[in-house]
Amino acid sequence: MIAEAGLAALWFAAAMALMQLAMAALGLRLKQDQLVEAVRPVAIVQGALAALSFGLLILLFLRSDMSVLLVAQNSHSAKPWLYKFAGAWGNHEGSMLLWVTVLALAGAAIALLEKKLDRATLTATLGAQAFIALGFYAFLLIASSPFTRLDPPALDGMGLNPLLQDPGLAFHPPTLYFGYVGLSIAFSFAVGAMLTGEVGAAFARAMRPWVLGAWVFLTIGITAGSYWAYYELGWGGWWFWDPVENASLMPWLAATALLHSVNVLAARDGLRAWTLMLAVVAFSMSMVGTFLVRSGILTSVHAFAVDPTRGSFILVLLALYIGGALALYGLRVGRVKAGQGFDLLSREGGLVLNNLLLSVILGIVLIGTLYPIVAQAMGEQLSVGPPFFNKAAGPIALALVAAMAAGPLLNWRRDHLNPLLAKLTVPATLAVLVMAGTFAAAPDAGWMEIVGLGLAAGLAVASFAPLWKRKLRRVPLFTWGMMIAHFGVAVSVAGMAADSAFTSERLVAARYGQPYYVGPWRVVLNGVAPVIGDNWSAVEGRVTASRGPVDGPMLLLRPQRRYYSSPPTDTAEASISTRIDGQLYAVLGQQDAQGRWQLRLWWKPFVTLIWFGGGLVALGGALSLLGRVKRERRNARRREEAEW
Amino acid sequence: MKRKHQRLILGLVALVAIGGASGLALSALQDQAAFFYTPGDVATKKPPAGRAVRLGGMVETGSLKRLSDGVTISFVVADKDAKVPVRFTGVAPDLFKEGSGVVAEGKFTSDGGFVADNLLAKHDERYMPPEIADKMPSPDTLVK
Repeated sequence: MIAEAGLAALWFAAAMALMQLAMAALGLRLKQDQLVEAVRPVAIVQGALAALSFGLLILLFLRSDMSVLLVAQNSHSAKPWLYKFAGAWGNHEGSMLLWVTVLALAGAAIALLEKKLDRATLTATLGAQAFIALGFYAFLLIASSPFTRLDPPALDGMGLNPLLQDPGLAFHPPTLYFGYVGLSIAFSFAVGAMLTGEVGAAFARAMRPWVLGAWVFLTIGITAGSYWAYYELGWGGWWFWDPVENASLMPWLAATALLHSVNVLAARDGLRAWTLMLAVVAFSMSMVGTFLVRSGILTSVHAFAVDPTRGSFILVLLALYIGGALALYGLRVGRVKAGQGFDLLSREGGLVLNNLLLSVILGIVLIGTLYPIVAQAMGEQLSVGPPFFNKAAGPIALALVAAMAAGPLLNWRRDHLNPLLAKLTVPATLAVLVMAGTFAAAPDAGWMEIVGLGLAAGLAVASFAPLWKRKLRRVPLFTWGMMIAHFGVAVSVAGMAADSAFTSERLVAARYGQPYYVGPWRVVLNGVAPVIGDNWSAVEGRVTASRGPVDGPMLLLRPQRRYYSSPPTDTAEASISTRIDGQLYAVLGQQDAQGRWQLRLWWKPFVTLIWFGGGLVALGGALSLLGRVKRERRNARRREEAEW
Repeated sequence: MKRKHQRLILGLVALVAIGGASGLALSALQDQAAFFYTPGDVATKKPPAGRAVRLGGMVETGSLKRLSDGVTISFVVADKDAKVPVRFTGVAPDLFKEGSGVVAEGKFTSDGGFVADNLLAKHDERYMPPEIADKMPSPDTLVK
């Protein structure tokens, strides 16, 4: 009965979405206040029903109900409960249901919480939100129902792919989806504003927290995903330019641009049309991402389903949403009045440059990701790999890092070159010194790595330059947030450059007791022992590592080769030891006929900075959000008091 | 500065940026894009030796061998049209096995073999690279 109840809840939620759309449209068109008033409660009910449906799916997974096809295909009765739980969205149908649930809950949250927007824009926003949700409901109910029964029921189930059996990954998709869906709200706001023509500072202030929140979730999702790929896949790299990784990077790039342009709109009422455009683009990118991941159209190590019907269904949705929004933009943008002007050398000008560079990177990633599809359509098989992305996007990313150092030092509206140059003297000198030092120490490192390290050092100092001559206690929280986020980028860039310039790698057929050398480390495989876990068995290498004198302190590394019985799969579990100056990374391969074990070793100086920096960026975003929300609250209270 | 002039300058800057980026992207695509080959393609249009490409197909059952240095393997990538011998030095990915799909990144050698410096196998055990899916009999699916 649970599956049927879940399906029923999903149908009712879809019906609510249809009602929400119709009521918003009719209410606004006919100026029926009663209809408009009723849109909010309907949105709240829709959110509750979608959540109920998803909750029931989770319950089916927790109970290992093998009479449900999806559970049988993606779960196993002997699996740890956490992975039964995460199994609910570790598959195509479940993840789509999660998507629409988050979307519906976000709509409910707007209906409950949003007080700044004028009512017409809010109603139009909720209508747009319902329109997006309807497509996904249709997709679930028609093309891929998660509640289909299996008759006769399976005995144990197929199990969840062992590579997905990782606590980090269990919560990775929801994190990204919060980000995608946050952008859908920004999109709905933009559509609402285009319909009513109310685009101004108040609109930007209403949209900003959603963009910030979405951006924080995307940042966390991308950072965590990168670290997951790094330790779980055992290949020692942290970014692959895989289409699925790009699928999360593209919305992030667009959201980053939007985040900065929405600030211009909120603070100076400039960049109106451009901000609307970015809101449309950012959500389009999360739809393109969903499409790429779910359609299986690209060779990816992540894509779930290879099913052309689903692919074409999502493609139609994509065309409908993006095409519709762009058409609306084309029709309505003329009605949006031009905002305030500004000098090119100003904070606004700096943010325009930031937007330009981000858009160009986005374009490159998009071209590189979609080019193989286009080529395939024209009858040529090809794939675009990391060399393309690094070569094309790398230099522009470095230019962006340089621009980031200067931008926040500029004044709004108008500034002059000399004071800016004076403020940049210290960071620029430091950058040049670091470049020279790196070149002297490691002349073989590529120019991008050398420049990257220098710029990272410069940006790290410049990030906190806005504090210059200010009383620390009077600096607002969102300014701290911005500085920390920019500093986080510097930290991350330093990690990337250091990893790619200084990593040492070693692949050996190891005999017991014999020393091998990687970077400053002396590594010995002492033996191999069997170990057993919840639903796997493994052989585990006992590896000791030391550096400096032979009798110095030892590290113990335990790389494993695991065997999961359902589904039958071998996986390698890397063992990583984190030191203050980097990570030692060991992967155990197979044993050969002479009893030697394949052992792959990496010494990666300062690689942890990449994810630490990502964490700082997210933290900065969160602080900024907190600061903005606090200030808005205070202003609202003041306005109320003034009215009394 | 007049607003009109400013727009003009901004437009020009944007054009230069986009032009430069397209230039970068195109030149990178030209000499860096790894072209994708199936064994069947190799038989008909001979790929240039020494150029970074991707080779996709199925690992032929019974072809996987380990060489005496302990870290190099050799195997045959096949589709229904042709076969290509491949050599790879390194730890093969977890889902790499005989009878399943693989995409090998590397270079063709002058004798028609392939030296891979990276192997891609997929997370999912039901996986087959889409590029070769239409050239192979469909893989077994589960509960029907």
